[in-house]
Amino acid sequence: MSSTSQSALLLLADGTIFHGKAFGKIGTTTGEICFNTGMTGYQEVFTDPSYYGQILIMNNVHIGNYGTKAEDVESDTIKIKGLIGRNLENNYSRYQADKSLEEYLILNNIVSIADVDTRALVTHIRNKGAMNCLISSDNDNVEELKKQLAAVPDMEGLDLTSEVTTKEEYELGDPASDLRVAVLDFGIKRNILKNLTDRGAYVRVHPAHTSLDRLKEFNPTGYFLSNGPGDPAATEYAVKIVKAILEEQMPVFGICMGHQLLALANDVPTYKMHAGHRGLNHPVKNTITGLSEISTQNHGFAVDPEKIKENKALEVTHINLNDGSIEGFRMVGRPVFSVQYHPEATPGPHDSRYLFDDFINAMKSFKEAAPTA
Amino acid sequence: MPKDNSIKSVLIIGSGPIVIGQACEFDYSGSQAARSISEEGIKVTLINSNPATIMTDPMMADKVYLLPLEVESIEKILQENDIDAVLPTMGGQTALNLCKEVADLGIWEKYNVRLIGVDIKAIDKAEDRELFRQWMIKMGIQVAPAKTANSFLEGKEFAQEIGFPLVIRPSFTLGGTGGGFVHTKDDLDEALNRGLEASPIHEVLVEKAVLGWKEFELELLRDSADNVAIICTVENFDPMGVHTGDSITVAPAMTLSDTAFQLMRNTAIDMMRDLGNFAGGCNVQFSLNPETEEIIAIEINPRVSRSSALASKATGYPIAKIAAKLALGYTLDELKNQITKTTSAYFEPALDYVIVKIPRWNFDKFKGADDTLGLQMKSVGEVMGIGRSFTEAIQKACQSLENDALGLGYYGKNQMKADELVEYIKIPKWDRIFRIKDALMLGVTVKTIVQATKIDRWFIYQIQLLCNVEKEIAKYSIDNLPLDLLKDAKKHGFSDAQIAKIVHGDCTDDQVYDKRKAAGITRVYKMVDTCSAEFEAKTPYYYSSFEN
Repeated sequence: MSSTSQSALLLLADGTIFHGKAFGKIGTTTGEICFNTGMTGYQEVFTDPSYYGQILIMNNVHIGNYGTKAEDVESDTIKIKGLIGRNLENNYSRYQADKSLEEYLILNNIVSIADVDTRALVTHIRNKGAMNCLISSDNDNVEELKKQLAAVPDMEGLDLTSEVTTKEEYELGDPASDLRVAVLDFGIKRNILKNLTDRGAYVRVHPAHTSLDRLKEFNPTGYFLSNGPGDPAATEYAVKIVKAILEEQMPVFGICMGHQLLALANDVPTYKMHAGHRGLNHPVKNTITGLSEISTQNHGFAVDPEKIKENKALEVTHINLNDGSIEGFRMVGRPVFSVQYHPEATPGPHDSRYLFDDFINAMKSFKEAAPTA
Repeated sequence: MPKDNSIKSVLIIGSGPIVIGQACEFDYSGSQAARSISEEGIKVTLINSNPATIMTDPMMADKVYLLPLEVESIEKILQENDIDAVLPTMGGQTALNLCKEVADLGIWEKYNVRLIGVDIKAIDKAEDRELFRQWMIKMGIQVAPAKTANSFLEGKEFAQEIGFPLVIRPSFTLGGTGGGFVHTKDDLDEALNRGLEASPIHEVLVEKAVLGWKEFELELLRDSADNVAIICTVENFDPMGVHTGDSITVAPAMTLSDTAFQLMRNTAIDMMRDLGNFAGGCNVQFSLNPETEEIIAIEINPRVSRSSALASKATGYPIAKIAAKLALGYTLDELKNQITKTTSAYFEPALDYVIVKIPRWNFDKFKGADDTLGLQMKSVGEVMGIGRSFTEAIQKACQSLENDALGLGYYGKNQMKADELVEYIKIPKWDRIFRIKDALMLGVTVKTIVQATKIDRWFIYQIQLLCNVEKEIAKYSIDNLPLDLLKDAKKHGFSDAQIAKIVHGDCTDDQVYDKRKAAGITRVYKMVDTCSAEFEAKTPYYYSSFEN
């Protein structure tokens, strides 16, 4: 429970208002509303750059129970723009934790609202679809707040990757490794890089706006296209660079935004989903092996399921068992593949970590087949 | 893989009499399984010696045998019926043991009956403590250090090696009889002798006691294609040392970080995949060191159990029903979620509420019985409260105990002083939760209570929160009780009767009810839908709560 009893309100773009208590920073914040059904790993979720620009409802009713810990992050700062919860907890219990949830939110300037009927709210979003919203704990003039909310741009058509990509290049892993991955950062999660370096790869992370020539200077054995926020169709520059990478005929692996960009580079469109997939419990079937996996997901856009089937150069490899949406595909006869979900999963199940092995193996086979490359 | 069409007739073995140590869970699972198999067009024959069960109602199975759960009964059934397969995982330990006995005599083979859901090797590996230990060590999974002793001297030697506190577990006794904790060297001789005498083969396991570690249970489903899903994670409010059947338990886990949870999840999946032939519901228990977050495996039960019945109610996911389908050969990805009817059965339920289970003991009917809780389960049933917060759920559970408790916030008059209470709660007894609350009311700190009980401090903070609300209410009479406070109290699960007792001056529950009704503070109804409202539910069930 919040230490303050100051009230706060949540205003949705359709005019609906929910009341609650102020938590975190006192102020006003705006963004697109979405919900996450995961029951563990809130801190990892809040720091995931794919959530940039979003105000997040946590469906799990107690958030903050085990505090926060400096290491449990997917990027340097909190990336969500606001937090909505039922019971946001100040009193926490974990030996390794160093801050309470509220201290952590205040430090990151995150305006939040507790004591909200989150179930009613999530049901509303499920029926009406994603929309912009506003949380305010310092202004109760609804007319003013409505004006402020109306000025917030729609997520559709919004390029947010430029805001969260790294400003400078950096390298990780063992420089002596013969597996060199050129990473394009559209808002990458730390644990993706860790999964690559843990498997012996040496990686260089590049800003989203990097030329192919610069990427090639790293002398890569493979390319990685990262996750990221916003509308993939709005990042024309990124589609262009992915097309150029594909002409190199090298191994490529994409996750989430990277998966969508790979589809767009193959002229398969993406679309905005009704309420998106955000949670740690989404069933995905691997249509190649016939086995299924429980996956972590965080996306509001997806690859067109009809158009992808028309493209004979592509083969669908993973489908969502709940709604049949496209979860993964590969380019026929080439070491190029991608998934919509998060095999690095922090937070979430580790069922899909084999995809990193697949990428490492693809690079190894490719190197062996073409030793001069 | 689709259903195995060679199976036309299935025998389900029930669990026999309901005794202390059960909560009718096997009647629930057996009934669900019978229905689930019948709806596949397969003939169901059922044996149970207990006629006072739902599963033996004539509409549950095609043919019901009310016979003793003995080898002779099974043979009689096999002679009279053309049975293709037997499902032994629905009737608890009793059914598994009978199934094993029949198998050892070669009777299943003689009548050409297949075991479905589990094979004998998997049962042995999971149920035999020593085999389980060896299996875990082979897989590189940590277990509590232990050694098997066959003599008093051997036992003493191992006890010195392992160190105190430790547990003495006699081999081949039912329900933990003769076992117990040994805290100091002085108590060792007596405990060792008692354990060795209790064991028919004069054998005890001397095991390091991980007292104070946290205890968690995972309820899983596995299919024949090796798909595994965690249906529910349950956290024990009481730390290690109290039988899970006698522990207050909470779902979802409240104090588990994602790193610690994924470690448990991965370990449980590895264990299930390595178990051998198994398709159905399974329970795995872990203990977690709160300081280091390392875990040790405690046990695995390759069958539906008391905790899976609870997990089914807690999540809405019909574990026994799906487990029966998996035993028939279906895989999880082929089946639909029974609640939404549109999404897949292969998923992990997400909860947007808290459930609290409190065991129900009947010590007042067993005068002179030791009411200390330990390795042997003593409760005779359990209640479950659902709420939109832990406080609401635990209050509802307390209100359902059918004793005088109106909730955790109010239970009788405490006679003990603060220091006596702190001593009292060191030993787990049935009323510990109420005495913890009494101690907090008297100003004992959260820290002192955590030290005395080793209960995770998050839970104690929550009880402290209830005390704060109670103290605040006590400042007012019903007439001047602020509406915001009344609403807050309702959200924390205070019953009208409880509030009526707390406010000063005379007050009835009706007065509280009328006051809040006039102020529009009324119940809302929320669904248990397996998915935190992500999808529309077709056959959910509901609980009441209070919201803004």
